[in-house]
Amino acid sequence: MGSAAVRGDANDTFAKLLRAHAAVRGARPAFRHKDFGLWRTWTWAQVYDETRAIAVGLIALGLDRGDTIAIVGANRPKLYWSITAAQMIGAVPVPVYADSVADEIAAVLDHSEAGVIIAQDQEQVDKILSVRGRLPRLRHLLYDEPRGLTDYDEPGLHALEAIMAKGRAALGDPAAAADIDRRIDAGKGADPSVILYTSGTTGRSKGVVLSGERSIAAARDTVAFDSLTDRDEVLAYLPLAWVGDHYLNYAQGYVAGFCMACPESADTAANDLREIGPTYHFAPPRVFEALLTRVQIRMEDAGAFKRWLYRRFMDAAKRWGEKIANGDKVPLSARLAYRLGDLLIYAPLKNALGFSRVRVAYTAGEAIGADLFAFYRSIGLNLKQLYGQTEAFLFVTAQADRAVRSDAVGPPAPNVELRIAPDGEVQFRSPGMFVGYFREDDKTREAMTEDGYVKTGDAGFFEPDGQLKIVDRAKDVGRLENGEMFAPKYIENKLKFFPNIREAVAFGDGRAFVTAMINIELASVGDWAERHSVSYASYQDLAANPRVTAMIEEHVDAVNRALSLEPAMAGAQIRRFLILPKELDADDGELTRTQKVRRRFIAERYAPLIEGLYGGAREASISAEITYEDGRKGKLVGTAHIVDMPPHPKAKEARAA
Amino acid sequence: MSGAGGDILLSVDNVSLSFGGVRAISDVSFDIRKGEIRAIIGPNGAGKTSMLNVVNGFYHPQNGQITYRGRTRTRMKPHEAAERGIARTFQNVALFRGMTTLDNIMTGRNLKMKRGLVWQALRFGPALNEEIEHRQACEEIIDFLEIEHIRKTPVGALPYGLQKRVELGRALAMEPELLLLDEPMAGMNLEEKEDMSRFIVEANRLRGATIALIEHDMGVVMDLSDRVVVLQYGRKIADDVPAVVKADQAVIDAYLGVGR
Repeated sequence: MGSAAVRGDANDTFAKLLRAHAAVRGARPAFRHKDFGLWRTWTWAQVYDETRAIAVGLIALGLDRGDTIAIVGANRPKLYWSITAAQMIGAVPVPVYADSVADEIAAVLDHSEAGVIIAQDQEQVDKILSVRGRLPRLRHLLYDEPRGLTDYDEPGLHALEAIMAKGRAALGDPAAAADIDRRIDAGKGADPSVILYTSGTTGRSKGVVLSGERSIAAARDTVAFDSLTDRDEVLAYLPLAWVGDHYLNYAQGYVAGFCMACPESADTAANDLREIGPTYHFAPPRVFEALLTRVQIRMEDAGAFKRWLYRRFMDAAKRWGEKIANGDKVPLSARLAYRLGDLLIYAPLKNALGFSRVRVAYTAGEAIGADLFAFYRSIGLNLKQLYGQTEAFLFVTAQADRAVRSDAVGPPAPNVELRIAPDGEVQFRSPGMFVGYFREDDKTREAMTEDGYVKTGDAGFFEPDGQLKIVDRAKDVGRLENGEMFAPKYIENKLKFFPNIREAVAFGDGRAFVTAMINIELASVGDWAERHSVSYASYQDLAANPRVTAMIEEHVDAVNRALSLEPAMAGAQIRRFLILPKELDADDGELTRTQKVRRRFIAERYAPLIEGLYGGAREASISAEITYEDGRKGKLVGTAHIVDMPPHPKAKEARAA
Repeated sequence: MSGAGGDILLSVDNVSLSFGGVRAISDVSFDIRKGEIRAIIGPNGAGKTSMLNVVNGFYHPQNGQITYRGRTRTRMKPHEAAERGIARTFQNVALFRGMTTLDNIMTGRNLKMKRGLVWQALRFGPALNEEIEHRQACEEIIDFLEIEHIRKTPVGALPYGLQKRVELGRALAMEPELLLLDEPMAGMNLEEKEDMSRFIVEANRLRGATIALIEHDMGVVMDLSDRVVVLQYGRKIADDVPAVVKADQAVIDAYLGVGR
């Protein structure tokens, strides 16, 4: 804690860091942006000048110390510079998600009390103007891309470029330049540096206030942790308002002095990635999954020889790649096979994906499948996991090079204190920890413990090797009758990693044992049925097939075996399960729109099946009248066979780390 | 929409066209004013596409005359029309399918390139500078039409809606005075239609092109156009602003197929 002061670095705000880079590495590239088909580059010296021009322009518009200023748009250099320009003045930038609808934007803009808004383009300007009536504080609205906006006649609407031109002209006067210098010096590390609004998936979004010194201290730790330097390069394509972008690109970029490349548009990001060839990269698991699917589909279309070559060397990679990456001992022949595979398959593959130069890659946000994770590790991508939160300014845990696994998120990041509360909740104190929620002191108090730890709301436990494992949201974690921990999502995720299982709902809170209801994945099980000449007419038909039940039984058994190896989870093995006769569907209110199961609702609707699971019957039937969201009534009829599962013995010793 | 009261850019006077014994157009007159969006509508087989083909010199009418930018002619070849600033897109997309989006749009600049084939082949000195300048113009169009992501994709591999957009891009690359669009929204879904409408309006307003378009979607026609001419069986049955045309009994009958 307070490590920035201990280390005694004077550059405790982003404006000071920028000024230092302009002096130390003024000619090094700082930003790139693809526009009109060409990559344009700005050096740190140029970025410093442009940022000062914006700052002077904003001062002329009346922006002052302590004011908030909203920034709405995609990753464009001028929007990043606007963030720093605001910080130069001592104003607090508030990046806003560009894909929010007008209503959500209005709520954030209103709550943040921003008097000045910088928007990317006509789309964002239109959105903001449509809710202008709800934003009494809004005085000036600036835009970066003028297209379509030239004949708008709105009070307070200006082109950012025009404001910058005025700023540049004013900076010709040494007094104005000296004034900016003074303002940069006046900035204190403890001042609010940025307000990042949480995405609001768990309740209304809150404005997380971060200070400059804490942000920079956290970024310094992780820059050192992954040895990032000013020779590194990233593609800045994550949402500007998300903590991931503000940390991985902006904060680490400004600390290490590396180059941030802004893609031409969201649609071209994959191609821009290939052109830039970043050395440091982040993507959520679903992006890695989509890339892998694309590779697999393209390989299916390739010629027979290429397919053979790909399979042959991917087998070698699967067997040896991760071991080589983790620095384990492998036979010389395997090393040679891997080297050849790298020449023929892995390197060209990484090149096609834009990963050729990546030294460090992270993924986070949701559980990543072991196979998916292993695929990228095995072709030599240094993919690691981290666990973080906006309130921590991202990093809470991070995996070190050569100590990587797919089923845990790593040990505490440098200088992070981490503990598990008695109820299983993960709590931390970290260098980058937030100052508070903007204008919501009561919420801040709720989120903190009395001794100054932040409650994450996630439940987890430490593995024997010191890596943290997140199992579920803390409020969803329950206890079995005998007091053993029951984390439904953890079990469900394990089941869902099998392609044949589409959804799973686990029960067990306050019960004697764990049971599960399973939805099969019609696409893959249907494909299996075709190949094995199993005829079926419908989902219900297939779900009731004894051979399908046997297949799912194997999957459940595999999950149980995995659970038995984990001391904290061994008691929560699935003892009875059934395959649901109906597919869970968001239209029927059983899933949320983001495809998460609504456990309580399902428990009510399928109560007869749950009774069957806990009643000891061989099968359970349901016949109920249900009312759909749109008022239609339907009948839910079905019978499910219930399978008993013998539990695996609890592993006596923890596995070697 | 600006130019509803502008000077006359093109006028068609008493034009008749027949193929053997089939009369495609009989004695049709109308004009297009500078800066407006002019719609030509009518039931299938009314002679709309034939009319566009007459305007850009692909068909030669047996009777009547065309006056474009003050010059009257009865015969003009398509390449002359192109040189004089008339560009068009086609009902069935006509692009070079094996070439990329960028290359297709570059072909639209061909008439504007001053250096000859030999210079262009050498890609040296003045020819190179010229190519850079034209590439810049194409990139502005790519930006305008929001097709950066398919810049290097062969157009044959693109979905239909995007091919239509590339075709509009190629026509815009000619920096035309008069842009003829033959069913620019045929076969598109609602979202694609909205995008295309926006591009047409912006091409008209921001890039200053006068536009004549054939379209079947009445909602689009009524929203976009300044004036509408209605053809039926090769004859003009109405010619006025959208509100009046919409209420015209002859037009309603033509579309509903009421026999008299």
